[in-house]
Amino acid sequence: MTATTPPQLTPEQLDAFGRELDAIRERVIADLGERDAAYIRKIIKAQRGLEIGGRGLLELGFLPPAWLAGTVALSLSKILDNMEIGHNVMHGQYDWMNDEAVNGHAFEWDSACPSEQWRHSHNYMHHTHTNILGKDRDIGYGVLRMSEDQKWHPYYLGNPVYAALLALFFQWGVALHDLEVEQLNTGKAKWSDKRGMLKDIWRKGRRQALKDYALFPLLAGPGAPFTFAGNLTANAVRNVWAFMIIFCGHFPEGTQEFTEEECEGESRGEWYHRQLLGSANLTGGQLFHIMSGNLSHQIEHHLFPDLPAHRYAELAVEVREICERYGLPYNSGPLHKQFGSVVKKIVKLALPDGGGDERAPEPVAAAPKPKPKANAKPKPQSTPMRARRAKRVPVAA
Amino acid sequence: MFTQTPQRLTRRVLGSKLADALTTPHGVDRYVELVRPAFSLRDVRAEVVAVRRATARSVTLALRPNDNWEGFRAGQFVRLSVEVDGVRHTRCYSPASSAHVGDLLELTAHAQPDGVVSPFLRAGAQPGMVVSLSQAEGDFALPDERPGQLLLISGGSGITPVMSMLRTLCHEGYRGRIAFLHYARDEHDVAYRRQLAELAAGHANVRLLHGWSRQPGAGELDGRFERAHLRAAGVDPAEALTFACGPTGLLDAVRTTWAQDGLEERLHVEQFTAPAPAVVDGDAHVAGSLRFARSGVEATGTAAPLLEQAEAAGLRPTSGCRMGICHTCTCRKLEGAVRDLRTGEVSTAPGELIQICVNAPVGDVTLDI
Repeated sequence: MTATTPPQLTPEQLDAFGRELDAIRERVIADLGERDAAYIRKIIKAQRGLEIGGRGLLELGFLPPAWLAGTVALSLSKILDNMEIGHNVMHGQYDWMNDEAVNGHAFEWDSACPSEQWRHSHNYMHHTHTNILGKDRDIGYGVLRMSEDQKWHPYYLGNPVYAALLALFFQWGVALHDLEVEQLNTGKAKWSDKRGMLKDIWRKGRRQALKDYALFPLLAGPGAPFTFAGNLTANAVRNVWAFMIIFCGHFPEGTQEFTEEECEGESRGEWYHRQLLGSANLTGGQLFHIMSGNLSHQIEHHLFPDLPAHRYAELAVEVREICERYGLPYNSGPLHKQFGSVVKKIVKLALPDGGGDERAPEPVAAAPKPKPKANAKPKPQSTPMRARRAKRVPVAA
Repeated sequence: MFTQTPQRLTRRVLGSKLADALTTPHGVDRYVELVRPAFSLRDVRAEVVAVRRATARSVTLALRPNDNWEGFRAGQFVRLSVEVDGVRHTRCYSPASSAHVGDLLELTAHAQPDGVVSPFLRAGAQPGMVVSLSQAEGDFALPDERPGQLLLISGGSGITPVMSMLRTLCHEGYRGRIAFLHYARDEHDVAYRRQLAELAAGHANVRLLHGWSRQPGAGELDGRFERAHLRAAGVDPAEALTFACGPTGLLDAVRTTWAQDGLEERLHVEQFTAPAPAVVDGDAHVAGSLRFARSGVEATGTAAPLLEQAEAAGLRPTSGCRMGICHTCTCRKLEGAVRDLRTGEVSTAPGELIQICVNAPVGDVTLDI
């Protein structure tokens, strides 16, 4: 799976690496201002414009050109809302502006997933524990096998089918993500523990569905089916696009996973190091970067999750140079190549590992199992993973 | 008048449950504000309609608040928010206009040398600009039942709330005697000099006396406030109800005089204090107390991250990574200074959002937890 093992850095080198990245971060923080505020407002204005335009055109959805243009505009609006605005604002990238409209804790996005739950599953769980098997639940979203270190099970024969369904209904997958349904199988949690979250998902999902599938179609009168179809398509386009971009962030060939033991007592430099090795970038033009919410700069995003994402392109030049100096890999490629390797991985991992290590460890985030009798007792991880560092260093306080 | 009905109708439509459901999750405001920045269904916002720069330091704004503005009592203040270099800052200003002019609000800011908002407004405020406001707040206000006699004392930029009282009283034809004592550096440093003179000339019951600290002998009052000034104004503080607003020195002198006469009950003061940020050199811990405003808990501050200190005080603020990554613990710092433990940077801005897992207090800190 991994092409080459990156060079081993000494703790001192890792510290120096961390300090260089810290310096970039501090410099950007000191420079935040009007430029960033103007940028996010411009994107918000574009999104709201596309939304109003798209929804307006879809009210005339019985006219094919209006339907097409409306669906495209609404799809773009939802993509901008979720990615360049929602995802980034909810990271707290614009908290320093002190403006309620772009405050990470106050923002709600045009998605079935309640923002509060997203902030937990994404900002905390995923970004803190990036690519740590058993802790980062974004590895396979609890339904897919995305790593050889997740033990194979006949359930995973459906890996490509589950992936296709997840892509199509991604907003609902994301909505259910923070429920951590697998805890129910392992007995770590009961349904009653999840009641509050389910209620929030229901409330948010209902409002979203009401708007897209009832109110706007009804306003179109006899044209309702066209509006309905346009909204459905826009949601699906956004879902598939978001799925593609997000899965290209951590699963293309060359990205690494880590074990909990490996990451215990990580220093700041080691944390940066893990973020770098676990992430992959997408190359493309400016518009592509904006439409990906700048998650095309996944490496920079994982190094600096709370810096305004529109700056990642500039920072990438420096990050790349630093990586070169330390001899570290910098995984980057065009969408077709990166996504191609993700698809390959999804298909390959549907099957038992051919010739691979048969004693692969238990999947910690156990996938929902179709037959409970196949349930094996969870065992502590014991497989030696790729050694990442020569020595353990204490955490810098 | 003609616009009233369509305006109301628009508001009813935009405020309807249907409009809310159609614009979920962002809400109506977030769309309408893109074309009408002063519009909001809920927030008070105001458009600057006129700007006057009466002195070398001051700027006077005439504001037209939107429909959410509930008016004010003469003497109260509002919190005004403006964006300076991408960051929204909030400061308190007392309207100086008559409380009877409901649809127009006048604020005067005096540029502070180290300030952010006041120099910004002094330099850049212009008609068409939209600002955010709070509803009026504060107990420093004219009682609804007007007293028989009034003494108004102000120093420097503290003139605004008492100016509002004077204008309000003149506006409603108040007949009682009003003595107005104003202290400033010199005659050129009074933003309302002309307006004061006009009111005094037009109302026989208004007596206006100036004291200029840098022009001894030029005003009706000499030097800083003293008991003799009351005699000069012909006021008996036992009979008049007094409102005083200004810098600490002036108010201390006033308070002392009233206390000597046992008349504290007849005195209302409002202090105009510029925020005094803790001055910090190096990384040394500055002792202070922590206040968790929402839970009412207090503790002695240490050099540890605020999150840990909150937990040690028995609170359970939501938190996540504990390393400044996830912003789960972000909360509003109401007052005080904090140091970012990652960079050593100290920040003092009131009302800013901070990550409590990577910030430690510098002196007294109040958090919205």
